[in-house]
Amino acid sequence: MKNRKGRERPSAVVRSGVTPYLYLLPALLVYGAFLLYPVARTAQFSLYDWPGFGPSTFVGFDNYLALLDDGRFLAAIGNALYLILFYSILPLVVGLVLAAILRRGQVRGMGVYRVLIFLPQVIALVVVAVAWRQIYTPRGTLNQMLGLIGVESDIGWLGEPNLALTAVGIIGFWLETGLVMLLLLAGMNRIPNDLYEASRLDGAGPIREFFAITLPAVKGEISTALVLTIIAALKTFDLIYMTTSGGPGSATTVPAYEVYNRAFQLKQIGSASALAIVLTVLVFIINVFVSRIGEERRVAGR
Amino acid sequence: MSVSPGEKALNYIILTLFSLFALFPIITIVLTALGPQLGVAESGPHWHNIVDAWNEGSFGPALLRSLLVALLVVPVALVLSILAGYAFGTMRFRGSTALFYLFLFGMMVPAEAIIIPLFYDFRDFGLTDTIWAIALPQMAQSIAFGTFWMRAQFRAMPANLIEAAAIDGTNSMGTLWRVMAPPAIPSIATVSVLMFMWTWNEFLIPLVMSPGAAWRTAPLGLSVFKGQYTADGALIAAAGIIIATPIVLVFLALQRYFISGMLEGAAKE
Repeated sequence: MKNRKGRERPSAVVRSGVTPYLYLLPALLVYGAFLLYPVARTAQFSLYDWPGFGPSTFVGFDNYLALLDDGRFLAAIGNALYLILFYSILPLVVGLVLAAILRRGQVRGMGVYRVLIFLPQVIALVVVAVAWRQIYTPRGTLNQMLGLIGVESDIGWLGEPNLALTAVGIIGFWLETGLVMLLLLAGMNRIPNDLYEASRLDGAGPIREFFAITLPAVKGEISTALVLTIIAALKTFDLIYMTTSGGPGSATTVPAYEVYNRAFQLKQIGSASALAIVLTVLVFIINVFVSRIGEERRVAGR
Repeated sequence: MSVSPGEKALNYIILTLFSLFALFPIITIVLTALGPQLGVAESGPHWHNIVDAWNEGSFGPALLRSLLVALLVVPVALVLSILAGYAFGTMRFRGSTALFYLFLFGMMVPAEAIIIPLFYDFRDFGLTDTIWAIALPQMAQSIAFGTFWMRAQFRAMPANLIEAAAIDGTNSMGTLWRVMAPPAIPSIATVSVLMFMWTWNEFLIPLVMSPGAAWRTAPLGLSVFKGQYTADGALIAAAGIIIATPIVLVFLALQRYFISGMLEGAAKE
């Protein structure tokens, strides 16, 4: 969150009293009833053992303790952290390059490139999954293309325990890069042209210019992009459900998929709820951590 | 500003390569969808695959349901977000910071953390398999983001706009709709497109909240269809195209508006 520090909130409507609360009330009612209240209920469910019907047994924190030596849960967390590399770190690196080119390079047809690179964000993840399955199947597009350059392969990329998670990760990279690029471009567009003019008069090349001018100016956008993509990595569900169902074995399972599987297939409501709460806390911590870093650097850079 | 010809060429190569990478799965699914169905030998584009998938997967009703859900979620979430964003962005009141953090929290909550009690509680009220079961939770999610977004837009507006309206004696509701909302229309459009996109593409909530087929939305229809025709890649791909096309068309039609809205809106956050 980027607050403009020292900037007063517009204060013309200083009418105290109930007015502001009346404006908030309808949103707060819907939001409270269908988001906040369910989160609290999930926390409550996580303290019980319940198969989805009949009586439930209060078990305290047992569901959480059981997660500590639950192989599938630990695998899911490990997989999610690995996916962050593909959902966040790689898109950030590539997004920086693409945005810097679009900002500096006087590119003709810039609008077309922006639209094409952003397009993956628009398509439903279930459809994305269908497309990539077609690429990854043994007789799919990827193996055909490898055949063209003389590499014969009949691997099912999503079926190999060692490759499946990376294959999913590449889908994530494909998905998130456009979003990251657009966010960074938003930041770069605020950099005044004079700065670039001046650096070019000094004879700065594209690399030096990038590290001296562009990068420092978009620290805030970088942290926003990291927060958004890390959350996307941690809540990946549709893609896993439609491509691998977490398999082979637990090779591609992620926390979000485990929550669904436990709650609605295995009917372990307590364990699923505990997992959901852990996932929320994880998202929350990463969020606070990353936006802190972004803000400190911004302050330090001034 | 000048950029050397060599660098310029390199820029085009990088951008073009990456655009091709972005398009590659889309081209794959289109080619697959127009390829031969299982057991069909003749080549050439098979346009009737789309018709077959449409009929066999009953995507007509599924698309209609998706549209109805979106038409319920987006306008309500939008109006409530504008009202709440207006309060946060322009008024001072006790507890405003704490309340705002409450809304921020909602942006971080994954759907998995609400879906379990939502299902069991809605079921107890006999509300699963209704449009409400699918729309209300998504409304709440969109409100969290929408409030955050609209607050940023209203805060970024010049304070003298409101002052002038106050001097004219316009009440706060009038100020919102006649003074504040019109200049914010581009960012309101952007957030509407985002909300529409998210609602249209949502998978987990309809999957869980509509265990019968009564409110099977389009993405869910695709997942069921995929289960029935596992081996027929062409039909599944054709079904995928049916679902993706409306949203891609909306995006392409509004892209100029939408992308600049994102660029400006994101900068105000």
